[in-house]
Amino acid sequence: MIASILAGDTQLYHQLIRPYERSVYMMALSYMKNEADAEDVAQEAFLKAFHRLATFRSEAKFSTWLVGIALNEARSRLRREGTLRMESIDDTPDEGGHTSPAILRDWREVPSEALERKEVRQMLQQAITNLPPIYREVFVLRDVEELSNLETAVALSITVANVKVRLHRARLMLQKQLAPLLRNMNPKRRWIPWF
Amino acid sequence: MVLNCKHVWGCISAYLDDGLPPEMRDLVQKHLDHCEICSVILDSTRNILILTADDLVFTLPVGFSERLHARLDQEMTG
Repeated sequence: MIASILAGDTQLYHQLIRPYERSVYMMALSYMKNEADAEDVAQEAFLKAFHRLATFRSEAKFSTWLVGIALNEARSRLRREGTLRMESIDDTPDEGGHTSPAILRDWREVPSEALERKEVRQMLQQAITNLPPIYREVFVLRDVEELSNLETAVALSITVANVKVRLHRARLMLQKQLAPLLRNMNPKRRWIPWF
Repeated sequence: MVLNCKHVWGCISAYLDDGLPPEMRDLVQKHLDHCEICSVILDSTRNILILTADDLVFTLPVGFSERLHARLDQEMTG
């Protein structure tokens, strides 16, 4: 399909990108933190991808290539606005400190039906948005968009080891933040007083 | 070798991804079998990952697709 687009059948580009609209938007949203800016970044990313389509190499995955363009677009926009902290590209797997989870005495599974409630969805969105950027981007790609460790590493230009470390910390940060809140929201939970 | 809770917390993500070497997985499993605190941490983390992966959490804004493709059309024909 890419060859046909490059040969002049540009309308096929609409079809090509449809499956990736959500991934690109999600990547943008994880950086921009508001829907309007995220949409703008996503549109720019798809436009840039269209203009750069000839540079796409078929050995790469198209989704990873697109997400990489969205990521660069979001980063350069934040850099222009002066809100992006410069991060070392040499971050080692030992970066940062330890992350400890929330200690709870019991846990009753929160069913997916709870997501019908707007407050639950907002709580999850907010928790992900609040993660520091280096953890948020890895979490979004791995656990929301379900890319592999390798695809995530390629998209973010970091090592697989760093993907694993950042993902681990992101998950524990979310557990620490969300588990106590979700536990209190579960109406079926029986309250056991602490003596 | 016996793992303490902090060791296990450091393995939770790899355990959930089935990325631990077999011997380490067995040690973590043995710890989880008798440690309620770590079991709750594991269960709550797993549950949170299931919830955050649900498409309902992040949805495209209404009209996103239409606006995107209209802009692309404009660019392609302009």
